[in-house]
Amino acid sequence: MQFIRERFDYLFRSTRGLTLVAIAVVSVMTALWGMLSGPMVEWGIRDVVVRLFGMQLVQAEREGRIIMLYHTIAMTIVAVEVYIITEIIPMKRHEQTIINATITAGYLTAVIFGMAFAYWGQNFIFHGLFLLGQSLVFFAGILLSAALWPWKKEYLLPGDSPYAHTKGGVDLERAAFFVMAVATLLSASFGAVTGSYWGNGHETFLAEDLIRNPFKTYLEKAIIGHLHIMLTLVAVAITLVVGRWLKFKGILHKIAMPLMIVGTIVITFGALSVVWVEWAHTTIYVGSVGVMLAALLFVIYSWDMLIKEGTVGIEKPTFWQKIQALLRDPLKFGPGWQMVFMNFTVSGVGIFMAVKLTEIFRVWPHREERITLTGHWHILASLIATIILFYFADRSGLKGKARQWFGWLVIIMSNLAFGSVTVFSMKRLFVSEIEQQNIVNWTMLLTDIGLATVLFVLAIFMVWRLIDLLKAKGNWQTEHRAEIKKAAEDELREQKQKMEELQKTIEEVSK
Amino acid sequence: MKRTLILLALLTILLTACAEAPNVGAITPPYVDTGVDPESWAKVPAGAFPYGQHDHMTEVDYDYEIMVTTVTNEQYARFLNEALAAGDIRVGEVEVETGEQVWVEVGAHGFYPGEPYDGYKHEEQIKPGDKLFFPTEAEGARIIFEGQTFQAIHEYSNHPVTMVTWFGANAYCQFYDWRLPTEIEWEKAARGTELADGYGLPFPWGKHIERNNANFYSSFDLFEKMFGKLGNTTPVGFFNGRAYENYETLDSASPYGLYDMAGNVWQWTGDDYPKQHYRHMRGGSFYSYEVDLRVWKFNSAGPQHYSPQVGFRCAR
Repeated sequence: MQFIRERFDYLFRSTRGLTLVAIAVVSVMTALWGMLSGPMVEWGIRDVVVRLFGMQLVQAEREGRIIMLYHTIAMTIVAVEVYIITEIIPMKRHEQTIINATITAGYLTAVIFGMAFAYWGQNFIFHGLFLLGQSLVFFAGILLSAALWPWKKEYLLPGDSPYAHTKGGVDLERAAFFVMAVATLLSASFGAVTGSYWGNGHETFLAEDLIRNPFKTYLEKAIIGHLHIMLTLVAVAITLVVGRWLKFKGILHKIAMPLMIVGTIVITFGALSVVWVEWAHTTIYVGSVGVMLAALLFVIYSWDMLIKEGTVGIEKPTFWQKIQALLRDPLKFGPGWQMVFMNFTVSGVGIFMAVKLTEIFRVWPHREERITLTGHWHILASLIATIILFYFADRSGLKGKARQWFGWLVIIMSNLAFGSVTVFSMKRLFVSEIEQQNIVNWTMLLTDIGLATVLFVLAIFMVWRLIDLLKAKGNWQTEHRAEIKKAAEDELREQKQKMEELQKTIEEVSK
Repeated sequence: MKRTLILLALLTILLTACAEAPNVGAITPPYVDTGVDPESWAKVPAGAFPYGQHDHMTEVDYDYEIMVTTVTNEQYARFLNEALAAGDIRVGEVEVETGEQVWVEVGAHGFYPGEPYDGYKHEEQIKPGDKLFFPTEAEGARIIFEGQTFQAIHEYSNHPVTMVTWFGANAYCQFYDWRLPTEIEWEKAARGTELADGYGLPFPWGKHIERNNANFYSSFDLFEKMFGKLGNTTPVGFFNGRAYENYETLDSASPYGLYDMAGNVWQWTGDDYPKQHYRHMRGGSFYSYEVDLRVWKFNSAGPQHYSPQVGFRCAR
């Protein structure tokens, strides 16, 4: 009993444990639902899985099922980001506890009942519970925003702080987290309001199916704005997280944070204004410049930092020594590299599509344009997931050869997969339909190899964490104790502060 | 040593998996007789049917007829010869226009009177003038123009005509006083009026799809053995319950007896929607995943578009 209680305590009462549980949930979902598409269909595995688990896949409900799957995975990823944020951004212990408890109850409810509704018959009690779960996640977002309030006295920075701040000492990185959280709540409400019309004048659709339709309803536009901005904000959040992790500071930080704040506000307004205004895309481009420049400054800082740290003691490092230093630690090199890689597979493709839309992409059949659209946002979502993995693997204490193999396999094989997907989706630029067979075969094979390797590496990592959990004195215990210690120290500091304040109050009224 | 062996094994898998695959245009399959007559028509009686993914009951208040199969290469070659003789088409260079781009292609072309233009965002004007019907020199064309005659490649004569633009499909139907079906007509003919468990049929033959129901991506049909996973067109009416060599097909006719309403080739439809120049296609093709074979799914392209996976059938 003690054995279970201790593990349960770690998994559900520490931020590191909660993050591990959420990553495990996403891993299991990826493993199970990944068997319903792609090569798994060709190999007949989908049919076996459907029969084995008794899934009920009505053809007309496919789009609805996919939307629920996206939402449950998104809720879990948002939960992971929230756990990390509550761990790395200073806040009261009770705030951290209540936020994490609420979001845990929320995403688990959404995942369990959302998937049950979507894949095992449409029991509307389950749908109601799915909505309840999402509502709890939303509520946790409100609590997080309150906890992140940047104007709290205790979180003001001193004038000589190397971190971006206002003249009054407001921590601009905290403000960026706050703006991101509030923007996420606002954007989520766009989805929620539209979702409330579901079955009441609004029908399920996938945005990529509507792109050429000149008549889109307000509800359809709201959903299109919602899905784009939510993924963008998840990306903004992970960029801020890795900045904090790699101690992003100095002049570049001071330039990046205002850009990130303004960029986040503008891009959110732009994406949501799609509902009302014709020039929404222009606003989105302006906001994107801010966010992407902030990310670029982080990449420059982090790579410079890695080079400097790796060449300590060398008076005049050569170019190769600098490269060696940069590539010394794949987990810390990875986030910056994946952001750079994003430009080739996501931002670059997006900009190229926007510039050449009429000339090229709208000349292609709709299905070809659709592949490019769905390809680039799936890549963005997956690259974000790899960055989360780099962070969590580092925090899990992955060291030595295991760290090197894990990091490099995730970087190289994810790049291989997503690079191949990009070539596949843009193939019509350089090969005709008649001659496409070889390029299709090669890109599909390389994509499958890349993705399978990344998932295999993730599986090994999760098994390692599972084995660790079974040990009496595993990493889990070290992490748990460190967190309890930190929580106790924070609590003590808060209590002391409170006692000083109370003492001061007593002295003032006693004069 | 161990590492080298693993590396070699991986390389072997890679190379064998990606051995040079033949292109659709590079080899010719044998002629296969399906026993389905491409000259036959099916009658669709007036009445309501569940339309679209969400099964909106939609009334079609007239009877109409629709071809049992898509138009074949042989039929289209016959049309080209008849239209050429009647002076309705010409063969040679023709300007193809989409948006601000103009280029020259060689093929059968004829006059199209143009369409109303709303000037809407992304809409392109379809002006009156000569339009490309069928590119005779494009790779993948299965109708050859020799001397003054069009001739379908024998082995492909009963395959659906492909590489035909919307203008070319429309011209074919109009030449015989027929028309391209509207999307509503096409879908009704594909799925019928039946509601089972509250849903209209997602596929012409029923609720589920098996690999030998239709010609789609990785359906392992007879022709995928020759052309690889992407496959090739199958003769019209191929999936009619007959066995070809050792390949058994399921009878996949629609409730009105139409074949190839899912897979094989996308089919042009006739609607000219306001504020856009795109023409819609239905049915999915041999390049499509099975989800695109569901009867409500559509594809679209400008009327100048042609492809080895796009054909058509007519209604009257």
